[in-house]
Order: sequence, then structure tokens, then C-alpha cells
Amino acid sequence: MNIVVCVKYVPDATADRQFESDNTVDRVGVDGLLSELDEYGVEQSLQIKEKAGDDTTVTALCVGPEKALDAVRKALQMGADKGVHVIDDAIAGSDAAATSLVLAKAIEKIGAETPVDLVVGGLASTDAGMSVVPAMLAERLGLPQVTLASVVEFQGDQVRIKRDGDTATEVIGGTMPLVLSVTDQSGEARYPSFKGIMAAKKKPLETWSLSDLGVEADQVGLAAAWTEVVDTAARPPRTAGEIVKDEDGSGATALAEFLASKKFI
Amino acid sequence: MSEVLVVVDHVDGAVKKPTYELLTIAKRLGEPSAVYIGPADKASEVTDKVKKYGAEKVYVVDDAQLKGYLVAPKAEALAQLVEKASPAAILIPSSAEGKEIGGRLSIKLQSGLITDAVDVQPGDGGAPVTTQSVFAGNFTVQAKVTQGTPIITVKPNSAAPEESEGAGAVEEFTPTISDTAKTAQIVAAQPRQATGRPELTEAAIVVSGGRGTGGNFEPIEALADALGAAVGASRAAVDSGWMPHTFQVGQTGKTVSPQLYVANGISGAIQHRAGMQTSKTIVAVNKDEEAPMFELVDFGVVGDLHTVLPAATEEINKRKG
Ligand SMILES: Cc1cc2nc3c(=O)[nH]c(=O)nc-3n(C[C@H](O)[C@H](O)[C@H](O)COP(=O)(O)OP(=O)(O)OC[C@H]3O[C@@H](n4cnc5c(N)ncnc54)[C@H](O)[C@@H]3O)c2cc1C
Ligand SMILES: Nc1ncnc2c1ncn2[C@@H]1O[C@H](COP(=O)(O)O)[C@@H](O)[C@H]1O
Repeated sequence: MNIVVCVKYVPDATADRQFESDNTVDRVGVDGLLSELDEYGVEQSLQIKEKAGDDTTVTALCVGPEKALDAVRKALQMGADKGVHVIDDAIAGSDAAATSLVLAKAIEKIGAETPVDLVVGGLASTDAGMSVVPAMLAERLGLPQVTLASVVEFQGDQVRIKRDGDTATEVIGGTMPLVLSVTDQSGEARYPSFKGIMAAKKKPLETWSLSDLGVEADQVGLAAAWTEVVDTAARPPRTAGEIVKDEDGSGATALAEFLASKKFI
Repeated sequence: MSEVLVVVDHVDGAVKKPTYELLTIAKRLGEPSAVYIGPADKASEVTDKVKKYGAEKVYVVDDAQLKGYLVAPKAEALAQLVEKASPAAILIPSSAEGKEIGGRLSIKLQSGLITDAVDVQPGDGGAPVTTQSVFAGNFTVQAKVTQGTPIITVKPNSAAPEESEGAGAVEEFTPTISDTAKTAQIVAAQPRQATGRPELTEAAIVVSGGRGTGGNFEPIEALADALGAAVGASRAAVDSGWMPHTFQVGQTGKTVSPQLYVANGISGAIQHRAGMQTSKTIVAVNKDEEAPMFELVDFGVVGDLHTVLPAATEEINKRKG
């Protein structure tokens, strides 16, 4: 089986995330990492490989700036077999649509010799967090999407997932090739072992630019985006509230009093 | 004036409140047209409801040949409808399904997509300008679509529904669904059981519990019922198996923005804040006065939730008389 797992490099959510003067996300000034939600995609890809056998290849694919290589490395340390990093100055500022174009072309290139059976993505990137790139990839690649899985099962080329939808819990089935995305309910992601970290250093890692993919510079990047962020503003800090210590039931009375004063009772 | 398509949010023909919010927003941008994709025999019921909130037209797409598949057929149907109606914009409920429909539609129509808008207003020349809350609610951004037909997914509670009688002219629309759109099948579905409480994302008040409940959600539920609120949970409470994942508030759960959010035994990690930081009024009960949640609150009680909540619930019920 040929599996491609899409991993994004994102600014650390616990750091002080910022925007650039052109309203794009600051991806250089803030420390980044492999999006935690994409670790689940890597984990499921590795579990599928473990069940399917050794002729399965898991390729970690990332589109992003220089430091994004860290995300690919982490996936290799976890156990992915190969890495592909697509980097090009022209990509900076791309929206989801353009990102999905670059990913789709890279997936086609990865599948040039052995067709790709499974494209795996995460629930959402932890920065932009639109949860749309896997659906966009399915549309671009003309594949079924079996997305937002909390449980993944497969047999031969048949994939079945459990999806906790908004109004129902559903079982979705599809035939490979397809696009799969998984949520953080799908099972803890493994930590890289010392052996994994050492082994990762010798794994094949390719760096591609737009010209390797046959994508023109004017199809991507900030200028080609179909959406534009016109303004960004830090949310004003909340004004300090009143905090009381509960002593012999005083907290409950004070709480009820507060709720009544705000007309919630 | 151009049409603005509104995808009706419903379960088996029962229209949900976000539909009226979207119609209200659509009216700011043009002439609202509701798009109902569902069982045809519920169409007149749906029409009666949506015309009260300004729907001039109601496109009825019988879902007989669409249901049983994941989002792809719906995206195809909408793309064909957009080509026919040339709307000024298309508004979709910002659910997981709505966003995925938006993603496919965006590529099909080569049109810009904005997700999770919390407000939409007409900008220069009437084109929609959206407001979104990003980076765990720490930033507010405004955005617009610069190519094609704006596709915008809108979160619940983004507008107060305004009644206004529309013509509600019904137009049946039969899309052509390709075989490739029918490749991801819904093999089985188990509808979620009604809790009898308001829906988490739509509720005016949410009362949540975290690890601090120790697994006992009774005080949380009792307070929620006294206030007519929905119940929420932190991921720690969900991961411990105390509450189902559908109750989770936060980055990988639901984002809520109610009038009042009451966090009990929740420390206030960034990923939890991401789902509740934009609530109008925030209250917390936590026995640790250093808990980061207290940085956000309008009112906080440092104390044990197992004693504070039952006493407060009793007091509230007494006041209600
Ligand atoms: C990628 C990613 C996504 C995540 N997504 C989410 C998400 O969507 N939602 C989410 O909630 N978390 C999410 N998390 C987890 C998040 O980081 C925190 O671990 C989680 O929110 C902690 O839950 P908690 O506050 O209930 O537990 P804790 O952090 O353990 O806090 C428990 C609190 O309860 C208090 N307490 C204990 N006993 C009592 C008592 N008797 N009375 C009163 N107070 C008491 C303690 O003082 C403490 O403050 C995510 C994490 C990651 C990495
Ligand atoms: N630049 C990127 N490189 C690799 N994968 C990505 C990239 N952007 C998005 N993805 C994938 O798409 C998923 C959803 O992203 P998003 O739609 O941005 O929330 C992520 O979890 C990744 O699997």
C-alpha cells in the first residue's frame, strides 16, 4: 500500500502567536512544530502499515517554509518511511485552496510510479483550523473522502470509519484510493523512540519546489489567494473580574447573587 | 438585487435555529433564497418556516438520490444551483459537514471560502466582509472573498434572527449527481439521543465540568437545569470517559459563544479557552486560586465545586420561586 500523510508545520499554540504586517500568520518569528492534530494522522498511517505488512510505504508530506522540515522529521522519527518537503518562496501566504493545489500535485508526483492508495490528513491545522484541506484534496484528486474518523478499520481496499457527526454517529465506507482524515479521538499518537530518532536520519527526504510539481508561481501565494484578510486585531484583554473565596457557603450565595444581578436567574 | 443562497440547517425537515440566523444575515447582503436539501414531503413545512424569516425563494432539492453518501453529492447539487442562480454569496452552517461541503464547493466553483464567520456585513459595493475569531480567540480578523462567489460558513449565534415575511416561492431543483460523488457511503447511522437540554452550540448558557468533577457530573447537570443551560465538558473529562465527545468544548470539540459560560473544575488550558473565550460573561468555580481560568472570569469562586454548586443551585431554585 502507498500511503501519503499530510503534516503541517504550525506556530506553537502555547507561544505568543502573531500576524505579519500583511495579515498573514507569522510562521518564522514564533516557534513552530508538527501540528499536534497531524500526529494522529501519522499514528493511524503507521497502524495501517503495521497491519497491512512491510510492502507499505508511508510518506510524510509537508508544504511550508524552511523550518517546516521539523514537521517532516518528527513524522520520520515516529516511523514514516519517507519525507517530502515542498518549499518555495512563492507559496508564502497561500490560502487553503492554493495549499490543496500544491498538496494535490505533490501527491500525484509521489504516486507517479506506484499509485497512492490512501491520503491521510488531520482534523484541522491548529493555526488556521479550517478543517477543509482534506475535502479540497478529495475534490481535486477526484477521490472519495472518508473524513473525521474516530475509529479506522480496513480490509483489503475497503475502508470503514466511525464518524461522530453533529446529529448522528455514522459508519462511513469507501474503496481505496481515498482521502482519510482522523480526529484526536482516534487514539494516542506514539512518541519517537531513541531508535526511531536515529533511524530517521537515514530515511529518504526530498525537497521539491513549485517547478518540480508543474505549478506556476502565480497560481499560489498571497497574491493568488481567493480570500483576503483585511484586518487583524488582538482581542482586548478581559477586565479583571471579581473573585471570592468560598467560606462556609458564602461562595454559593455570592455566585447566585452575581447571576441574579446579570439577570441570568 | 442578487440572490443570496442559504443552506437550510435541519434534521429530517425539522429546521434548526441557525437557518434563521443565516437568513437574517442574507437579507443584509441581498435577497435570501433558502436551499433545502432533504425529504421532499417535508418541503412545504420547511417553506412555511423559512419564509417567515425573509426567504423570497425556496429551492427544494429532494435528497432521495443524495442521502446515504457523504458530502460530495451535496456539493455537486449546490455547485449546479450556483451556476443557475448566480448568487451574490452562499451561506452555509459552520458544522463539520458544512465546512466540508464548502471545501469541495470552493474548488468546483474556483471561489474563495471563509469558514467559521461570527459576523457577516456588507462591505464596499455590498460584497460580504466576515469577522472570525482566531488563535484560540486571542485575535479577531476580518476577511473577504476576492475571487468567484463568496462561500461563507457561519457559526451558530452569529446574528439575532429577525422575522420578516418573504414570498417563499418554491422552485424544485433536480441536480445531476455523478457516480464519483457516490463513492463514500454512509453504511450506518445512529441519531444522537436528545438530552432534553438546549444544543451546546446554540445555547444561551453553558455549564461545563472538567477533571475537577472527579467524574461526578450531577452538580453540573443540576446547575445547568436550574439555569436552562446546556452541559459541556473539558477534554480531560471526555478522555476519562465521563462524558461523550459531543459535549467537549474547545479546539477539538465545539466552539461556544453563549451569554454565560460557567466553568467548573476546569483549569483553563489554551485549547479549552479556544472553545469558550468569546463567551459574553464567564464564571468559574475552581479550588485552585492560581487556575488560569480565573484570568478570564467576570466572576469566580475559589472553592470546591462539590459544595459550591449544589448550594448555588438550591439558592437559584429558591429565587426562581
Ligand atoms: C491538540 C490538542 C487539542 C486539545 N483540545 C482540547 C479541547 O478541545 N478541549 C479541552 O477542554 N481541552 C483540549 N485539550 C487539552 C487541554 O490542553 C487540557 O489538558 C484540558 O483542557 C484539561 O482539562 P481540565 O481543565 O478539565 O483538567 P485539568 O487541567 O486537570 O484541571 C482540573 C481543574 O480542576 C480543579 N479542581 C479539582 N478538583 C476540584 C474541585 N473539587 N472543585 C473545584 N475545582 C477542582 C483543579 O484545580 C484544576 O484547575 C487539547 C490538547 C491538545 C494538545
Ligand atoms: N501546508 C500543509 N502541509 C501539509 N498538510 C497540510 C497543510 N495544510 C493542511 N494540511 C493537512 O490538512 C489538514 C486540515 O488542515 P486545515 O484545512 O488547514 O484545517 C491538516 O490536518 C493536514 O493534514
